[in-house]
Amino acid sequence: MNIPYVVEEREDTGLINSKLGIWIFLASEVMLFGGLFSAYIFLRMAALPGDFERWASELSVPMATVNTVVLISSSVSMVMAWASLKMKDFSKYKMYLGITIFCSFVFLTIKYFEYSGKFAHDIYPSSNTFMAIYFTLTGLHVLHIIGGLVVMLYFYFPISHKMWDKQPEQFTNRIEVFGLYWHFVDLVWIFLFPVLYLL
Amino acid sequence: MYSNSNNHDHHEENFIQKYIFSVDHKVIGIQYGITSLLFLLFGFSLMAIMRWQLAYPGTEIPIVGFIFGEGGVLASEQYNSLGAMHGTIMIFLGIVPLAVGAFGNYLVPLQIGAVDMAFPKLNAASYWTYFVGGVIMISSFFMPEGAARSGWTSYPPLSVFENGQTIWLISMIFLITSSLLGSMNIIVTIVQLRVPGLTWMRLPLFTWAQFVTSFLLVLAFPPLEAAAVLQLMDRVAGTSFFLPSGLVMSGEIVDIAGGGSPLLWQHLFWFLAHPEVYVLILPALGIVGEILANNTRKPIWGFKSIVYSMVFLGFCSFIVWAHHMFLTGMGQAMSAFFQTTTMIISIPSVVILTSYFLSLWGGSIRFNTPMLFALAFLPMFGIGGLTGLPLGLAASDIYLHDTYYVIGHFHYVVAPGTIFALFAGIYYWFPKITGKRMSETLGKLHFWPSLIFMNGIFMPMFIQGLAGVSRRLADGGVSYAHASGVLQWNEFMSISAFCLGLSQIPFIVNIFMSLFTGEKSDRNPWKSTTIEWDAPSPPLAHVNFDSKITVHRTAYEYSVPGAKEDFIPQTES
Repeated sequence: MNIPYVVEEREDTGLINSKLGIWIFLASEVMLFGGLFSAYIFLRMAALPGDFERWASELSVPMATVNTVVLISSSVSMVMAWASLKMKDFSKYKMYLGITIFCSFVFLTIKYFEYSGKFAHDIYPSSNTFMAIYFTLTGLHVLHIIGGLVVMLYFYFPISHKMWDKQPEQFTNRIEVFGLYWHFVDLVWIFLFPVLYLL
Repeated sequence: MYSNSNNHDHHEENFIQKYIFSVDHKVIGIQYGITSLLFLLFGFSLMAIMRWQLAYPGTEIPIVGFIFGEGGVLASEQYNSLGAMHGTIMIFLGIVPLAVGAFGNYLVPLQIGAVDMAFPKLNAASYWTYFVGGVIMISSFFMPEGAARSGWTSYPPLSVFENGQTIWLISMIFLITSSLLGSMNIIVTIVQLRVPGLTWMRLPLFTWAQFVTSFLLVLAFPPLEAAAVLQLMDRVAGTSFFLPSGLVMSGEIVDIAGGGSPLLWQHLFWFLAHPEVYVLILPALGIVGEILANNTRKPIWGFKSIVYSMVFLGFCSFIVWAHHMFLTGMGQAMSAFFQTTTMIISIPSVVILTSYFLSLWGGSIRFNTPMLFALAFLPMFGIGGLTGLPLGLAASDIYLHDTYYVIGHFHYVVAPGTIFALFAGIYYWFPKITGKRMSETLGKLHFWPSLIFMNGIFMPMFIQGLAGVSRRLADGGVSYAHASGVLQWNEFMSISAFCLGLSQIPFIVNIFMSLFTGEKSDRNPWKSTTIEWDAPSPPLAHVNFDSKITVHRTAYEYSVPGAKEDFIPQTES
C-alpha cells in the first residue's frame, strides 16, 4: 500500500497530507482553547467587580515573564532545527532540538515552582473561579507542553538518525509539522500570559 | 493452550494484524460498523426497559427484572440512569460511529478512488480510542456509584453532585478524541487523495456529506471537551465553574466557592450538540441521495444546490445553538437572534429535501429494500424537521419545551430518519462489502413493520407533548395532572417499541444468512455510476482497486440519451 502525497506535494492543493492534517488538528485546538477562553470571559463578566483583578495579583508576573521568554526562544530554536535539516546539517539539528527540549524543561520547572507556591499559600482551584480557570487553562497548556516534549525526545533519540538516513525528506517534513504544533502551543501561552497575569 | 498458540505464532499474528489491529480502512470500517450496531441494540434495550416502566409503572420488569433489585421494579434513579445512558449510547456510541466511523471509513476512500485513508495508523487509533471510550461508558453500570443519571445533556448543578457522572465525563473525553482523529483523517483524505479527474463538483453526495460532517466534528466537539474538562474539575478538584454562589441543596447552602454559572455549561454543551444534530443527519442525507439517484435511474435533481445547501447547513449549524435555551432567561435579544438563525437554517434543509422529492419525478423507480428505506426517510425526516419549527420559535417553545413533543421531534429526525437511511446504506453497500446479495424478502419483512412501529412509538409523543406531559417522568405521567387525558397512549407506544425490537430480527437473520448462503454479487449489482462499484466485491485488501482509476464525468449520469445502457460510470471516458 502506497499512500500518495506523503513526501511530495499534490499539485492542485500544494500540500502534503500531514501538513493539512496538522492544520486541521490545530483548528480543533483553537476551538478547544477558544471554548475555555470564552468560559473565562463568561466567568469574569459574572464575577463581583474587582474579584478577578484581586486574585490575579496573587500570580507571579516575573516568573511568567521569564517563561514567556523561554517559550519564545524554544520556538526560535525549533525553526532553526527545521532549517538545519533543510540545509542537510543533522548535527546542527540535534543541537537546536536539544535547546528546544531544554527550554521546555525550564518552562515546566518554573511552572512547577509557580504551582507549588500557590499550594503552599493554600490557593487551590477550588478557592475561586479565577484560580479555577487559571489552573485549568495553564494545566491544559502544560499537558500540551508535555505531549510536545515526548515527541521531541522521540525525534532526539538515536532512532532519529536512522529515520534521517533512510528518508531525509520525510523526516524534515515531520519536524516541520511538529514545529507547527510547537508554535501553536507557544501561541496559546502568548494569549494566556496577558489574559491571566496582566489583565 | 499456551504451547498451542506458540505453534501457530506466525499464523495468529497474521490474523491479529489482518482483522484486529488492522490499518486497512475497510477492516476498520467494519469494526466500527459491528461495534456501533451492537451499541445501537444495547441502547435500544435500555429504552425497552424504560418503556415497560412507562406503560406499566411499578410492576416487575419481565426477563431482566432481577438486575434491578428486589421485586424487579425499576427505581426512579435507575430510570434516570437508563435515560441518560440511552441518549449517550445512541448518539455518541451508536449513530455517529456508524454514520461517520463505519460508512465514512469504508466508503469515502472507495468513492474517491483512493487506496486507503490518508493516515491509516491514525485511523486505527481512532477506532481503538472509541472502543476504550465505549468500554468505559458501559463499565459505569458496574461501578459502585452506577451509571450517569443526569441525562445525556448533563446539566449542572445536578450533574456535578449526582452519582456516576465522573466516569461519563472520562468516557466522553475518549469519544471526542476518537471522533477528532477520525474526522481529521476524512477531511485530509478527501482533499488530498481524490483520483485524477475527480473535481469537487464530481464528488458524489455521500462524500460531500462526510466532508461537511467532518468539519462539524473537528470544530464543534472541542468546546464540549473543554466543558467536560471543566465539569470534571468541578467534580474532582472542587471548583465552581458551573455552580453559582449561595447554591442550596436539601435546604442547606452548599460549601463551595461559587461564582460560576450553570448557563456556561449549557452554552458550551449546545455549541457542540446543535452541530451534532447535523452530524447525525448529513451522512443520512448523503446515503439517501446515492440510493435515490441509483433507483430512480435519473441524475439527482439540483445537485449543486444540494451541495451548497450542505455546506451552508454546516456553517449555519454553529450559530443556532441557543435555541435550546429559550427558557433559561438569557434575554430577549439573544432569543430573537437565535430564533432568526434557526428559521434561516431550515431553508437549506428544505432545499435538500425538496430536491430529493423532485428527483423522484418522472423516474422509473425500482422498489428494492434500500430504496424503500430511502423513500421512507423522506417523509419521516420531513415530519421531524417540520415539527422542529415550533420549537425554534421562542414563543411556542415556552409551551413545548421539555415535553414529549421535543422527544417526538428529535426521534423522528434520528430514528425513522437517520437510522432508516443507515439501514438503506447497509442494504445498498452490503454486496460491495461482502460480495453477497442480501435477501429482498427478509429486507421487506424488516422494512414494513419497522416503518409502522416507528410511527407507533413516536407519533403519540406529539399528542402527549401538546397536552403538556413533561419528559423524564419515571412513572410516565401517572402522578401528573396534565397527563391524565393522554395516559392511555403509553401502553400503545410501549407495545410498538417491543414490536419494533422484534421487527429487527429479520434484519439480523438477513445479515448472517446472506453472509453465508447469499447469492454472489458482481462488481456492480445495482448498475451504479460512482467509483466504489469499479472495485471488486469485496475490494482488494490495502489497494481496493485492480485497475487504474481516472474520472471523466459527474457522479450521477443515469439514462443519458443516446447511451448504450441507462448508466455511465464516472470512470468511463
